[in-house]
Amino acid sequence: MRALTWQGTNNVRVDTVADPEILNSRDAILRVTSTAICGSDLHLYDGVIPTLMPGDVLGHEFMGVVEEVGPKSTLKKGQRVVVPFTIACGSCYFCLKQQYAACDNSNPVKNQEISEKLYGHAMSGLFGYSHMTGGYPGGQAEYVRVPFSDVGPIVIPDGLEDDKVLFLSDILPTGWMAAENAAIEPGDIVAVFGCGPVGLFCIESAIVMGAETVIAIDHHQHRLELARNLGAKVIDFTETVVGDALMEMTGGIGPDAVIDAVGMEAHGFAPDIVLEIVKQKIGPGADRGHALREAISAVRKGGRVSIPGVYGGYLDKFPLGAMMEKGLEIRTGQTHVQRYSQMLLDKIGKGELDTTFLISHHLPLEQAADGYKNFHDNQNEWTKVVLKP
Amino acid sequence: MKEDKSNAFALGAAAAVLAAGAGVAARAGLAKRQAKHPPDDAPGRTAKRENFGGYEVVGHAVTINRPRHELYAFWRDFENLQRFMENVERIQPTGEDRAVWTIKAPAGQTVDVETHVVEDRPDELIAWRSVEGSDIDAEGRVHFRDAGERGTIVEAIIAYKPPAGPVGKMIAKLFQREPNIQGRQELKRFKMLMETGEIAVANAEQDEKEKA
Repeated sequence: MRALTWQGTNNVRVDTVADPEILNSRDAILRVTSTAICGSDLHLYDGVIPTLMPGDVLGHEFMGVVEEVGPKSTLKKGQRVVVPFTIACGSCYFCLKQQYAACDNSNPVKNQEISEKLYGHAMSGLFGYSHMTGGYPGGQAEYVRVPFSDVGPIVIPDGLEDDKVLFLSDILPTGWMAAENAAIEPGDIVAVFGCGPVGLFCIESAIVMGAETVIAIDHHQHRLELARNLGAKVIDFTETVVGDALMEMTGGIGPDAVIDAVGMEAHGFAPDIVLEIVKQKIGPGADRGHALREAISAVRKGGRVSIPGVYGGYLDKFPLGAMMEKGLEIRTGQTHVQRYSQMLLDKIGKGELDTTFLISHHLPLEQAADGYKNFHDNQNEWTKVVLKP
Repeated sequence: MKEDKSNAFALGAAAAVLAAGAGVAARAGLAKRQAKHPPDDAPGRTAKRENFGGYEVVGHAVTINRPRHELYAFWRDFENLQRFMENVERIQPTGEDRAVWTIKAPAGQTVDVETHVVEDRPDELIAWRSVEGSDIDAEGRVHFRDAGERGTIVEAIIAYKPPAGPVGKMIAKLFQREPNIQGRQELKRFKMLMETGEIAVANAEQDEKEKA
């Protein structure tokens, strides 16, 4: 089959690779109909995530039609499904607490060693996201193998086209969970740092949850415009002193909750890289840790800090003092996608959530490498790329 | 023979130190080596010291969300162990409570170890030991304890001492290939198999064993 493969830093290409096969009894094979490039795929593209190997198939946002099932899959051939990027067994201690991204049983044991060493515990398997998270081939391909297909995939009713439901795989529940982690109450003022796809879905979710005002911070004009279209007030951090503006726009109180939808992003996953880059860039420069520090400084006393942005290693100069003295609550984590699938699908079906507004480009899978390059280099115009195998 | 006896004693002490509810002898052994402080409540295998009477000791605990009796029954049928133990090619029962373990060795070779069950408390504990004259002097114990809604805590401990000489060296090399990690990984595979009915595998090239 054809699939997008990682070959090295800033080097991906569509290649012919082996077809997936059923390996365990709960597996299913999908024929992929739509798959997106995620902002976090750009970490892989930039080569900053360890344990990625040349030839690895990328992609963790995908959906498709069931082509083949193992004897214990509950799916049926021909069903249209969206697949969560977190692979979860559904029966371990963590899955039963609906903490699917912490599943004990989906990351092959040898692959668990890396995160166990780095974090003290191994995390769940993820599709197409390095060998640290399992080494599972991703969905930017014609076909993909889905383990635990009786737990993750959600069947899509006829009449909902791919673009409306594809983002149930990752960024929509990620934005929703981030807003939930911000414990938004009606009347709240919420600041969202970063207007990438996750930030935009945070804004949309916060508004649905009853936030009175959402203030969005970015520098890409088109992305700020998308935020404004959702009903947010916007701050361009290249023109405005963000901390001052947030204080003035909230009458001197500060936002009730802040959401860091920036993360360390392309600046690194490996502890040494993170340390180096952060140390180099401390100061007035806009390094990625800067957004989190600014968010913690801006949030009101006793406020909430939600961090959907990806961090992988160590962050220097973390404002622990502000966090303790101001009595902040911090919540974060990889998304427990399976917890939100049905609820969000219902909201999409009822028209309460629009997910299509941020798609800027559709490309055939064969042009995926161009998609990566443009999504990476021209973030203002290329807000979201959907690939069609 | 004399030496064997002292080994057996040392092993018993080491294993007891590691087991839950360690015996008096074990506590004495521990206290003697940590003269500065009274013993704490942590399992002996997490001690900073590494010497257990000349035995290498590997042990880990894992929580498995299945009933105790089910896990015990699966383990008690020794042939099942080869499904998740990567270094074990097969386990062949040779009589009541006896089995021959065929363990993978470097260069495609194998080592056979015959064991017999020395303690068996249904749904609680299984302990086995290599028979006299084995290439590897080894003992294993696995405990099953209720953990409420979390399921069952399974604690497995292996203590072993290879003989001197070239065969011993080869075996030592085989077993010291990060035995701690090996042991932990095997318990994780056991957990996967019990909780999900399968062992996670990312692609067809991964170890056949992981497919179970």
